[in-house]
Amino acid sequence: MAALCDSFTLCGLGPSGGVGLGGGLLALEPGPDPDHVLLTDRGRTATLFKVSDQKPLGCWSVKHGQIITCPVVCNFETREYIAVHDDKVLRIWKNTDINLDKVFKATLSSDVYRIHSLPYGGPIVLFKGGGVRTLDVLLEAPQQEIENIISDEVIKWSEAFMDGQQPVLIFTTEKGGDFFVYVQKLKMNNLHKYKLEQLELLKPLSFTAYIKNQIITLLCLYSNDSVYKVLIPLQQNSEEEEQILPKSQLLKLSVSGSVLKGTSFVVLDKDHIAVLGSLAAPGEESKECLTIWNTKFQTLQTLKELPLATSGQLWCYEEKFFFTHGKVLTVITYKCETSSLAAAVGKQKDSQTPDVSSFVNWNTLADEELVVSLQSQQSVVLKSESKMTLRSKRNSIAKVQPDTLSVGQILLNIKDTSTTVFEEELRQLISKARMPDFQASIGCVITALINRCKTNPKYYPRNFLLHIVQTQDLSYSLCPDLMAVALEKKDVHLLQICLQRFPDIPEEITYACLKVFLSISEAYLQRIDVNLESVICYIDIEFNNKEVKTEIVENGFNAELEQENIRNTEITKETHLTADCSFCPVGPQKAALLNAVLHSAYNEVFLLPHLKNLPAQQAVLFLRYLYYLYVKSSEKINTALPGIRSPTVSQIMDWMCLLLDAHFTVMVMLPEAKELLSNLHKFVRAQVRFYSELNKIEGSLRELQRLNHQKDSQTYSIEVLELI
Amino acid sequence: MGEFEVHRVRFFGLVPAGVRCLAYQPRGGRLALARTDGAVEVYNFAANYFQEKVIPGHEARSVEALCWVTGDRLFGAGLGGEISEYDLSRLCVACSVDGGGGPIWSMAANSSGTQLAIGCEDGSVKLFQVVPGGIQFERNLDRRKGRILCLSWHPSDTHIAAGSIDILRVFDVRSGQTVQRVMVNYHVHKVKRECIVWSIAFLSSGTVVTSDSFGRVQFWDWERGTLLESHTVSTSSVLSLAVSEEEDSIVVGTSTGATYQFQLLPVKMGSLEKRWVRTKPFQHHTHDVRAVAHSSTALISGGLDAQLVIRPLMEKMQKKGYEAALRKFTFPHRRLVSCARKARLLLFQFSQHLELWRLGSTDETGKDGEVLPLCRMPEHLVQLKSKGPEHIYCSCVSPCGSWLAYSTASRFHLYRVRYEGDSISVKKVPKVPKLLLPAYQLQFSADSDHLFVASARGSVHVLQLLEPGGCKHLHSYRPTAECPEAVYLLAVSSDGHWLAAASGDWAIHIYNLKCFKHHCTVPTYDCAVTALAIHPITNNLVIAYSDQQLFEFSIPEKQYTAWSRTVQNQGLHKVWLERDSPITHITFNPKNPSHILLHDIYMFCVLDKSLPLPDNSALLMNQSTLKQLPETARQRQLHAFKICKKFQPLLFADLLDENCLVMVERPIMDFKTQLPLPIQQKKFGT
Repeated sequence: MAALCDSFTLCGLGPSGGVGLGGGLLALEPGPDPDHVLLTDRGRTATLFKVSDQKPLGCWSVKHGQIITCPVVCNFETREYIAVHDDKVLRIWKNTDINLDKVFKATLSSDVYRIHSLPYGGPIVLFKGGGVRTLDVLLEAPQQEIENIISDEVIKWSEAFMDGQQPVLIFTTEKGGDFFVYVQKLKMNNLHKYKLEQLELLKPLSFTAYIKNQIITLLCLYSNDSVYKVLIPLQQNSEEEEQILPKSQLLKLSVSGSVLKGTSFVVLDKDHIAVLGSLAAPGEESKECLTIWNTKFQTLQTLKELPLATSGQLWCYEEKFFFTHGKVLTVITYKCETSSLAAAVGKQKDSQTPDVSSFVNWNTLADEELVVSLQSQQSVVLKSESKMTLRSKRNSIAKVQPDTLSVGQILLNIKDTSTTVFEEELRQLISKARMPDFQASIGCVITALINRCKTNPKYYPRNFLLHIVQTQDLSYSLCPDLMAVALEKKDVHLLQICLQRFPDIPEEITYACLKVFLSISEAYLQRIDVNLESVICYIDIEFNNKEVKTEIVENGFNAELEQENIRNTEITKETHLTADCSFCPVGPQKAALLNAVLHSAYNEVFLLPHLKNLPAQQAVLFLRYLYYLYVKSSEKINTALPGIRSPTVSQIMDWMCLLLDAHFTVMVMLPEAKELLSNLHKFVRAQVRFYSELNKIEGSLRELQRLNHQKDSQTYSIEVLELI
Repeated sequence: MGEFEVHRVRFFGLVPAGVRCLAYQPRGGRLALARTDGAVEVYNFAANYFQEKVIPGHEARSVEALCWVTGDRLFGAGLGGEISEYDLSRLCVACSVDGGGGPIWSMAANSSGTQLAIGCEDGSVKLFQVVPGGIQFERNLDRRKGRILCLSWHPSDTHIAAGSIDILRVFDVRSGQTVQRVMVNYHVHKVKRECIVWSIAFLSSGTVVTSDSFGRVQFWDWERGTLLESHTVSTSSVLSLAVSEEEDSIVVGTSTGATYQFQLLPVKMGSLEKRWVRTKPFQHHTHDVRAVAHSSTALISGGLDAQLVIRPLMEKMQKKGYEAALRKFTFPHRRLVSCARKARLLLFQFSQHLELWRLGSTDETGKDGEVLPLCRMPEHLVQLKSKGPEHIYCSCVSPCGSWLAYSTASRFHLYRVRYEGDSISVKKVPKVPKLLLPAYQLQFSADSDHLFVASARGSVHVLQLLEPGGCKHLHSYRPTAECPEAVYLLAVSSDGHWLAAASGDWAIHIYNLKCFKHHCTVPTYDCAVTALAIHPITNNLVIAYSDQQLFEFSIPEKQYTAWSRTVQNQGLHKVWLERDSPITHITFNPKNPSHILLHDIYMFCVLDKSLPLPDNSALLMNQSTLKQLPETARQRQLHAFKICKKFQPLLFADLLDENCLVMVERPIMDFKTQLPLPIQQKKFGT
C-alpha cells in the first residue's frame, strides 16, 4: 500500500514563484548531496536547500535584466553548479562563489533547451534545435556549430538516463498535433526518431519515463485523463525511418464517477504513480489534489486535497514529493509498498497448504517484462530473433502470444501433430529444468491446450491437465479458461485440484464449481476418482447404508429423513444431535469436493450475488452438509476437524452465514428447510449457552489451577535426579 | 554417573531481614550493611562481593545509621539511643556510648574522620569526637523541636545540614548556631500532610539535596534558602539518597522499590552550565528502598525485600563483561543448615531459634525427574528458642543426631538429644567450659565424640563430649603467629586426625588432632575462603575461594595435589568463574573418591576429578544436552563438572549416603509472601 505521510513547508515563494498564470518554478533539481535540492525560479534566482532542515544553504542570482532560462543543475562529479541565462550564456560555479557575474562564463552559439546532469554520466546539454552535447565536448569549443535536427518541431519534454555505462537522452517534440520521440545514445552518437501513435483529438499533456532492462518506458498523460504506456527498446540498431510507437492504456484516472484532470505525474515504482491534478466530480467544484495510483490493480491508493491550489508541477526525489501549494513549496513524504490484491481485497486463502507456493506474479504475462526476459535470454544468441519477437508484439499488443523458441514451436505443433506426440513433447518441456518465466510459458501452454479443446470438443487431455495443475504452481489468471472448460466437461477432480491450488479464483467460478458439485449425482461421483483426504478422517461411511443415502441425497429430501427428524424432536436434545448427525447428508466424494469449495478464497460481497442463484434444493443440501460439519467439529474439544485440508470452523460458519444470507427468504418458505433451520437454531443456541456457562466457571477453573500450582510447590518431596 | 534420591526440602522458613542502611567505604572497597533485625554485614567488593563479616543482630539494638570513620572503623547508631563501634575482627560490638538524646535517627562522620554528628529524636544534633578506642561527647548544636531524620556534613566540615519534618536546617559547626532554615513544603499550597525530609546531602558547591515524603528530590541553595531545582520522581516517598564522590551523580531510592539516578549534565554539548537530570530508572526491588550507596562505578541499593542490588554503571566500566553484570544478594553467604547424616536430621538456624527436622522416606525407586511417593512424612522434632535478646551466631548438629550446639554473642549452649521411639528429649548439658565467646563456627567430629569451636584470635577449642551428657575442654589450638581475626570456617577429617580452620585474614591453618599441634599453613591465596572440606579417604583439603577458584591441598604431603595444579594450569571454565554466588558447602561421596560435591545458591555440582576439565569452548552446563545423547555419544561430551540447576535458591545440599542427597531450597516467592505488603501500585491491565 502507498500512503502519504507528513508534510512540511520547504520555503515560501515570491510573487513570481507562486500559483497563477505563468507562475510556478522553473524546476527543482537534486542537489550535490542527498537531502539537498536546487530550486530555480522563473526569474533570476537559484537556491540550494537542505530538505530535512527546511533551510536554504545558498542562493545565487543573475544580474538585473538577465533571466535564468534553464534550470540550475549540479555536476555530481565536480560538485559545480551549471546554469544558462538568456538562452545562450552558460555559467559554472562552485559552492564558495557568491557573485554569479564573476564566475566562469561561456556564450554558446545556439539556444539551450535544458541541461541534464547524471550521477555518473556528467552533464548533457540539449539545444532547442535538438542537438545534444556533453558539457565536456561543449566546453572545448563553446562557439561550435550546433546542428538543427528537429527543424520546426518544438521540444516539449526531455529526460536523461544511464543505460549501463552510457547516457541516454530522450525528448519529445510536437509539430502540428503530431508528437515525436527522439532517443539519443550519446556514446554511440546515434539518434532514433519515433512517432507516437496518434489518438484522434487527444494530446499528451505530460510525460515521464523510466528505464529498466534496456527498455525505456515512456508514460504519457493524455487529455482524456488516461495514462498510456509506450515501450521503447534501446537495442534497436536498424535504421528504419520513423517507426510508429504503439501505446497501451495503463490507467484511467477516474474514481467512482469523478475524473482526475492530471497536470503532471511521476513514477514511484513499478506499480505506483503519483498524479497531481484537479478532481472534478459532475456537479461539483473541482479541487486540486495529489494522488497515488496503483497501476497493477488500477486503484486509487491515496489522495490528499490541496485547497490552496498548485502550479501543476510535481517533483519527486528521495521518497518526497515537492510541489507549490499556495505561496509555499510543500514537501510530502510518502511510503510505497508492493501489495497483492488478495491481501487488499477479500479473504485470503487459508495458508495451511504449504505445497502451494507463493502467489504467481500476475505481471509475468504482462508484455514488457516477458519481452525483456526473452530478450535477455536470447539477445546473445539470437539478435534477429528477438527483434522478430518485438515486432510480433507490436502487431498484437492486446493478445499476447509469447513465442519463445521452444514454447513457440510446441504451440505451433499443437495444430499439426497428433495428440500423443504433442503430449509427449509437453511432458519433456515440463520436466526440463526451470527457466525464467517458466510458469508464464506453462500458462501459455495450457491456454493453447484449452483452445484446442474448445475447437475440438472431443479432445480433452484430462490426465495431462491434472498433471500440470498438480505439479506446477499455477494460478487462475494464468489459465483463465481452464476451469471454464473443466466445468463444461464436469471434470470434478480437476476442479477440486484447481480449487485447492489456485489462490485467485473469481467468485463466479467458485460458485459455478459449487453448483456443479451439488448437482452432480452421487452415482456418477462414485465412479470418479476424487481426492478424499479432507473427509476420510471424520466422515462415517456406512457401506451397507450407502444405497439409501445416495437416494436421500439425490432427492435432497427424503421421507425417512423427515421421519427421523420428527422422531428426534421428541427425544432429548443430546441424543437428537448425535442421531441427526450420525450420518452425512452427502457421500464422501461430494463432501470432499464441497470441502474444496469451502477452502477456496472468496469475498462475500462478490460471492453473495452468485450464491443467490443456487437452486433451493441444492442450497438446502449444502446447508445440511454445513450443519453436519458444524456439529462434527463441535463434537471434539479442539473444534478442528481431523485430516488434511479439512474445513475449519470459521470457514464452515462463514459459509453457513453466507448461504443463509443468500437464501433466507427461500429457506423460510421451504417446508423441508424448516426442520433443518430449527435444528440449527437449537444447536447454535445450545452452543451459546454452553459457552456462556463455560465463561461463568472460568474464574473457578483459574482458581483451581492456582491451587493446583500451589500444591506443586509443596514443602517436601523426594525426587530422582540423574547426573551424567 | 548415577541417580540420586533427592530429598527436596522447602520447609526451612527463613525470612531474611530487610536492608536498613548502607555505608560504602571507597578506600577499602567494602560495603557495610545493616538489616532491620540489627545485624551488620560487611561485603568485600574486591573479593567478588563476598559477604565476609556478619555480626548477628540484637533485639534491643536496631541500627538506623552506619558510618565508616578513618577508613576502617565502623560505627552504628540506632533507636536504642546508643552509638556503637563494631569490632570487625571479633565480629561483635566493641564499645557503645549513650547518645543522650533519645532514639538516634541519623549519624554522619565528617570528612577528616574526627567528628561524628548524630541526629536525635529530641531534635538535637550532637557532636562526638572520635578518639582511639571509642568516641567522646563534644557538644550540642542549636536544638529545635522535631526529630532529626538525616544529617550531612559539608565536605569542608564547616556546616551540617539536617533534615527534619517539614524543614531543613543548616548549622554552623564552629558556632553551633542554626544559620539557615528552609520550609520544604512552602511551595506546596493547601497541603495539610507533613513533609518528611527522609534524606539529605550537602554538596561542596553549597547545594543541599533533599528527598522527601512527597516524592520529590530537591536542590537548595543553602545560603539564600532558595529552591534551585525540584524533581518529582515518585508519588510516594523518596526514602534514601546518596551522592558519588565526584558529586556528579546521585542515586535515590523510593518506597515503590524503584531507584533513580540523577546526573549533573551540561545543558548543551560543550556548555559550562550544568543541571541535574534524572537519567536512569531501575526497578530491582519490590519493597521500600531504605538505603542506597554510590560507589565510583556502581549504584548500590538495599530494600526491605532483603535484597542488596549492585548495579554497575556502564559508562564507568572499561569493558562490557563480567564486571559490568548486575549483582543481587538475598541470602547469606554462609550456611544456616546443618545435617546429621546418619540420623537423617536437619538443623535450621533462625535469628533467635533453631528447628530440628527429621527427613521423610520412601521405599520406591524411579526414573530421572520422577517424584516418589512418601512412606513417611518429614517431622518437626524440636524447636529450641534462644533466651535473651542476642541473635544466634552459629549452630550445629552432630552426625549421629544426639548432640546440638549453638552460640550467641555471650553464651554457648550444648544439648544432648535422645530419641525413644516417637518421643524425644532434649537435655541441656550443664557446666559447659568457659570459652572465649562468641563462637563463630561449630563442628562435630565424624564419630560425634568431639566438638570444635571456632573462636576469636584464630583459636579453635576442642571439647570432648561425654556420655550420658557432659563435656570437657580438651585443648585449644592457636596459630603459630599472632592472628587478630576470628576463625569462621572449620573442617574436620573423618578419621579424626586433622582439623582445618580458616580465619578472617584468609589464612588456613591445619592442626594435627592426634598430637595436638599445628601441622602446617596452606599457602596464602589472596581471596576470601568460602568453603572448606577434608576428603574422608585421601585427607585432601578442598578449598573454595570467593573468586570461584578451587584448590586441593594434600594435608599429609603439605602441598597442592597434582589435580589442583592441573586445574590451575588449565584454568577453570569461564562460565564457572563468572558465577556470582560463592560455594557455601563442600562434601564428598565416600563410595566415589573422585567426586567432590559442591553447591552455591543457584546450582549443585558434582565435580568428577577423573574426567577431563572442560575448556572454554565446551558447554559447562551440559547435563540436559547429555541426557538427549545416546549412551555411546555421551562419552566424548563428558567433563568434570556435572551441574544441576533444578534446585534454586539452594541454601544447603549434602550427601546423606551413597546415592541420597538432601537439598534445602527457599523459593523467593515463599518468603516474599511473608514480607509486609509493598505499596500498592496500579499496574497496566489490572
